[in-house]
Amino acid sequence: MLPDKVTVLEGPGCPVCVTSTVELDQAVRLATQGVAVCTFGDMMRVPGTELTLDQARSQGAPVHTVLSAADAVELARRSPGQEVVFFAVGFETTAPGTAAVLVDDPPDNFSVLCSHKLIPPAVEYLLDMPGTELDGLLAPGHVSTVIGAKAYVDLVRRHQVPVVVGGFEPLDVLYALVLLVRQMADGEAKVENAYPRAVAWEGNGQAQELMRRAFHVCDASWRGIGEIPASGLSLRTELSQWDAAMKYEIQGEQGQEVAPGCRCADVLVARAVPADCPLFGVGCTPLSPVGPCMVGAEGACAVWYRHGERPVV
Amino acid sequence: MSVGEQRIGPMHGAGGEVMGRLLADHVLPKFALRSAGAVDLDALDDGATLALPEGEMVVTTDAHVVKPLFFPGGDIGRLAACGMVNDLAVMGARPVACTLAMVIEEGFSIRDLDRLLTSCAQVLEETGTALVAGDTKVMGRGELDGVVLSTTGIGVARRVIRDSGVRPGDELLVTGPIGDHGMALVAARDDFHLQSDLLSDVAPLWSLLAEVLEETHVTAMKDPTRGGLAAALNEMARKSGVGLEIDGPSIPLRPQVTALADLLGLDPLQSACEGRAVLAVRQEDVEKALALLHGHPSGREAAVIGRATEHKPGRVVLCTEVGGRRLLDMPLGDPLPRIC
Repeated sequence: MLPDKVTVLEGPGCPVCVTSTVELDQAVRLATQGVAVCTFGDMMRVPGTELTLDQARSQGAPVHTVLSAADAVELARRSPGQEVVFFAVGFETTAPGTAAVLVDDPPDNFSVLCSHKLIPPAVEYLLDMPGTELDGLLAPGHVSTVIGAKAYVDLVRRHQVPVVVGGFEPLDVLYALVLLVRQMADGEAKVENAYPRAVAWEGNGQAQELMRRAFHVCDASWRGIGEIPASGLSLRTELSQWDAAMKYEIQGEQGQEVAPGCRCADVLVARAVPADCPLFGVGCTPLSPVGPCMVGAEGACAVWYRHGERPVV
Repeated sequence: MSVGEQRIGPMHGAGGEVMGRLLADHVLPKFALRSAGAVDLDALDDGATLALPEGEMVVTTDAHVVKPLFFPGGDIGRLAACGMVNDLAVMGARPVACTLAMVIEEGFSIRDLDRLLTSCAQVLEETGTALVAGDTKVMGRGELDGVVLSTTGIGVARRVIRDSGVRPGDELLVTGPIGDHGMALVAARDDFHLQSDLLSDVAPLWSLLAEVLEETHVTAMKDPTRGGLAAALNEMARKSGVGLEIDGPSIPLRPQVTALADLLGLDPLQSACEGRAVLAVRQEDVEKALALLHGHPSGREAAVIGRATEHKPGRVVLCTEVGGRRLLDMPLGDPLPRIC
């Protein structure tokens, strides 16, 4: 339905899809050792090296689906003898919820395996990749409710690329695209907010404050992309008693985040289409995905795979 | 849990005097229709016999598990009866007789058993389905979650309707709002801390469909249970070898269903229905079919949602409110709440 001149590509994937396999393996290992692992529903079927959390549960491991970190704390309070780990995934949208329970003196048998990630550093990393030619960025609405539209100002200055914060309903997306195309046509590069009913320029100050109190910024591994500097969150030292990485002495082991051949990073920045990837449909399918673009149902590779071609309906 | 409340014990499933009394006091009297042939339920023989009317005999079987057992708008007893009746109905068959096997957890409240059997019996009576055979087993505490009900239904069809009979040009209808049952269950689950006035749509379909089958040319039918409308349409498209073009905005959805789905990141089109059918009818009959559905108390919100084409055989294309087109996929498995 878009004019031929406009191509929309998806960004660094959904928060679940980009969760590092190393961290996912750690969560699976904790669960198989008898620690109750709580996480969001869409994390359950993401493949680790050997098992998904769903499969670990079928083998008898105590894995629970929760809607928030608070639900995991509630489980820990209800079962004092049971160690409970909240496998915290997601971007700035879900991080404040994890922060809120961490600064509220959770019980001793509760801890957080922190895999939260940050959007602006990842976008910046992709823009810096050689050969990236994006004309504009449609910035994520939910993340922006927390970090505010102002969070993209530096990025716009450095890369001279238009950024429009968009919502999720069809008309929200179309409106954001109109604003982007207008900026391009006018040769402008600025931050605009096409989702003002949810996103404020400054964002949600309370949520930002909670995140500051609970986390510090660290380097993070992204599935299919690799290590991105200053793109993750880990628990502040004074909260380390609730840091599952400390509690269970989880080593920062080196895993392989980018499988040989996987071209997800190129797909994300429009340097390749899914069919260009040597793994597409061969070593990488929706039931046995390798990179993030095949993990989620809306991932570019998963969509291409289901359509059997470039999606044209 | 009240002390002294009557509960199921191992002896209730042991086939002896205790089980006999459970059946005589709590099961048999609830079912008004207990005969469909020479040997009936009251005979408590090893089997029952059926004297079936003219037509093709249709058989269906289902094991029913649901959490919670009592949910807004129904319970597992009503679900077990409706699931069976509806599978027969969408095959074009009038339900005639059924069997009911109960596997009950030791310690299950007999008052709760009374409640769910009463619900089951009401549906069977309403649809004229005789309960002709049954079985009762008890498993130890913790060996299953409450109760599992298994029903086998036998019906007779004058003209059998398949889910594979859709032809290009046929119009597609749904008999009411989509996804109520699945979302009502989600809302009723303790772990989500949600409140809603949404009720399950669990209801028998036969009386709603009987007249439409009589008066119009229905080419295919299916009840969108597990996997919801998305699974039902995909199955119909694949088996019929046609493409289905669905007009998104015309799919009836209750605001509570849309809101719950948005909140939890679920797709309402993958949410189960237990009292709805998808019908394909010949184009010239669509107005008549719709009018007949609208004239029935449980079909007032029926709607035409799309049509079959030769384009993209085996696929379901959803046309969105802004004029976009996307494939409506077969769900992979049970939908899980998502954050993205």
